[in-house]
Amino acid sequence: MSSKRPIRVLIAKPGLDGHDKGAKIVARGLKDAGMEVIYTGIRQTVDSIVRTALQESIDVIGLSILSGTHLSLCEELMEKMAKEDLRDKMVVVGGIIPQKDVIRLKEMGVRAVFRPSSKVEDIAQCIRNEVQKA
Amino acid sequence: MTEEIKRPQRKGENPEKDPELLETNTGLKVKLFYDPEDVPQFDYKASLGNPGKYPYTRGIYPTMYRGKLWTMRQYSGFSTSENTNSRFKYLLDQGQTGLSLALDLPTQLGLDSDNPLARDDVGKLGVAIDSLRDMEEMFNGIPLDKISTSFTINSTASIILAMYVATAEKQGVDPSTLRGTIQNDIIKEYIARGTYIFPPEPSIRLIGDTIEYCIKNIPRFNSVSVSGTHICECGATPAQGVAYPFLTGIAYLREVLNRGYEVDDIAPLLSFHLIAGGVQFNFFQEIAKLRAARRLWAKILKERFNSASEKGMRLKFSTGGMGGGMTEQQPLNNIARIAFYALAAALAGSQSMNLPCFDEAYAIPTDEAIRTSLRIQQIIAYEIGVPDVVDPLGGSYYVESLTDSFEDEITVEMEKIDSLGGILRCVEDGTIQKQLADQAYTVQKKFESGDLIKVGVNRFQIDEEERELEVFEIDPETRARQIGRLNRIKNERDKDRVKGALEALRKAAVERKNLMPHMLDAVKAYATVGEICRQLKEVYGEASQVTVF
Repeated sequence: MSSKRPIRVLIAKPGLDGHDKGAKIVARGLKDAGMEVIYTGIRQTVDSIVRTALQESIDVIGLSILSGTHLSLCEELMEKMAKEDLRDKMVVVGGIIPQKDVIRLKEMGVRAVFRPSSKVEDIAQCIRNEVQKA
Repeated sequence: MTEEIKRPQRKGENPEKDPELLETNTGLKVKLFYDPEDVPQFDYKASLGNPGKYPYTRGIYPTMYRGKLWTMRQYSGFSTSENTNSRFKYLLDQGQTGLSLALDLPTQLGLDSDNPLARDDVGKLGVAIDSLRDMEEMFNGIPLDKISTSFTINSTASIILAMYVATAEKQGVDPSTLRGTIQNDIIKEYIARGTYIFPPEPSIRLIGDTIEYCIKNIPRFNSVSVSGTHICECGATPAQGVAYPFLTGIAYLREVLNRGYEVDDIAPLLSFHLIAGGVQFNFFQEIAKLRAARRLWAKILKERFNSASEKGMRLKFSTGGMGGGMTEQQPLNNIARIAFYALAAALAGSQSMNLPCFDEAYAIPTDEAIRTSLRIQQIIAYEIGVPDVVDPLGGSYYVESLTDSFEDEITVEMEKIDSLGGILRCVEDGTIQKQLADQAYTVQKKFESGDLIKVGVNRFQIDEEERELEVFEIDPETRARQIGRLNRIKNERDKDRVKGALEALRKAAVERKNLMPHMLDAVKAYATVGEICRQLKEVYGEASQVTVF
C-alpha cells in the first residue's frame, strides 16, 4: 500500500463486556504512532464491526476481549469478513487470552494476539510491519 | 541473575544535595522524614478522636477488629445456579464469612440467556439469573438469615434485590433480618464499567426506589455500594477515586432526601467500595487516603447535611484491589502484591475485603487462586497480630500528614467537578471519561518507559517459558442448560399473573412511582430479568454511549 496514507485502524469491543480502558489506551497509542484510529465503543456485534470496517475502509481491526469469549467471537468475525471480501484486512486481538487459545486464534487467521504484558509501542510496530508486508 | 539493583534517578533522590521533595510512584511529593512540624494542626480529638468517635479517622467502631473482623469475601459465582450453590457451600466450609456474588453480563445488562446478544456470555463471568427460580436454587440450603451476601449488580440491581427478598420469604426468613450489600451504583458504570442500560435520570430514580425500599423493609442491608475501585482501575488518581464516589453518594442521598426522608434514614444504608491496591499502589498513601476518606465523609454528613446520628456519619467501606495490578509475568509475585493490598486495607480499617487473584491476567481465577486470596486475609487476621490494635499507624507524623493532604486533595477534586456542573453533567458530557482515559494512558506510558517500576515486568525480568497456568474453564454446555431451565420456568408459570405484573410495573414506571413493590410482584410471578427490563426500556429508553479516548 502507499506509504502516504496513514494506516487506518478500527478498535472494536465486541460482546457485552464494558471494560474498555485497554481498548482506549491502545487506540490512543496507535493514534500517537501516526495511525488513524476509530473506536467503536462497547457492546458491539460482529455485524456492526464488519459494517464499520467496510464503511471506513480500514486496514486493521483490533478486537479487545477480556471476558473469555474470544474464540466464538473471532470465529464469527473471520467468517463474516470472508463473506464481505475483507479477507486481506489484518485482524489482531488483545485481552485476557490463555496461551492455548492463541494458537487456535492464529489458525483462524488472527495475525497477532496481545496480552496484558504487551507494550503499546510493540503493538504499533507489529501492525506497521504486517501492513507493509501485505 | 546478576541484575544491578539500582533505582532510576528521580527528583529529590538525594535530599542533602537536592532539597526538592521526592515524587512517589503515584505522583505525591514526600519528604525524607516527618516530624511534629508536618502536622501543625494536629489536635487529637478534632483530627482523630478515639475509634468509633467523630470524625472516625481511626475507625468507625469502638472495638474495630477485636469486636468483629472484616468480612472476608472473594468474588465468585459462575455458570448456573447449581454450580454456584456448590461453590458457595465450599467457600463457607473454608471459613469465608460472607458471599460475594458475580453475575454474568447478560444478567447485568437485562438480557435473558436465550437472547441472541447474550450468546457468548451466558454463565461466563458470573452466574446466569433469568428468574426467581435461579436465585432460589443458588441459595438452596444456605439460610439467608445466617449469612451476608454482596451482589455486584447495577442497572438490574432492583430486580436482583427483589429476587433475594422473595427467596428469603420462601425460606421462611424475615426479610428485615437480611444482611448484605448490593452494588447498585450506576454512575460509575457510565464512567468505567459499562453495564448501564437506561439513561442516567431514570437510573438514579431506580436507585432511589431501592434505597427507599431498604429503609422501610430491610434496614440492615447496604442498599448501595458506591464504587471508587473501578474508576481507579480506569485511570482515576487516588484522590479522584474517593472524590467521585463521594459526589455519587451525595447524588443518591439527594435523590432520596427529595422524597422526604431524613439524612439519618438514608446515610446508614450507603456503603462504599474503595480501592486499596491496583494498577498504581503506594502502601502508606493508600492507608492515609482511606483514613482521610472516613474523616471527610463524616464532616460532609455533619456539616453539610446536618446528620446527627453516628450511623449516618460513619463511612462504611469494603476494599478491593482489582486485577489491574496483577501481572502476567512471574505470576506468583502477585501473591505478594495481594498480601500488601490486604495489609493496607486492614491497617486502614476496612469493613470487608475482596482481593484479586494471582492468575487474574490469565483467565477467570481457579479455586486454588481464590483460596490463596482468602488465606492471605486469614493470615493477616489470625496469624500475624494485625487486628489486635485499632489504627496502629495513627499518630505517625508521616501518616497523619498524608491523611491531612488527602483530605484537602479529595475536597479539591470534588469542588472541581462541582464547578463544572456536577458529577452527572461531567459523566454525561464525557469530561470525566476523557480525563481518566488521559491519565490511564500517561500511566501506561510510564510503565512502558520504565519511569514506573513493575517488578518482573520492566525490572528484574526473567526469561519465561510460554507459561501455561491451569486455567479455569466454563462448561461449554452452560448456555444450553440455562436456556433449558428458562424454558421450563416459562412453561410452568402462571402466564396471566406474569402479564398482569409486568403491566402494573410498566404503569408504575410511566407514573414515576416507586417500582420495588411491582418488581417484587413480577419476580414472584417468575417474570424474567429480560422481560422486566424490556418494559423499562420501552418507558425509559436506553443510555447513549460516550466513546472518547
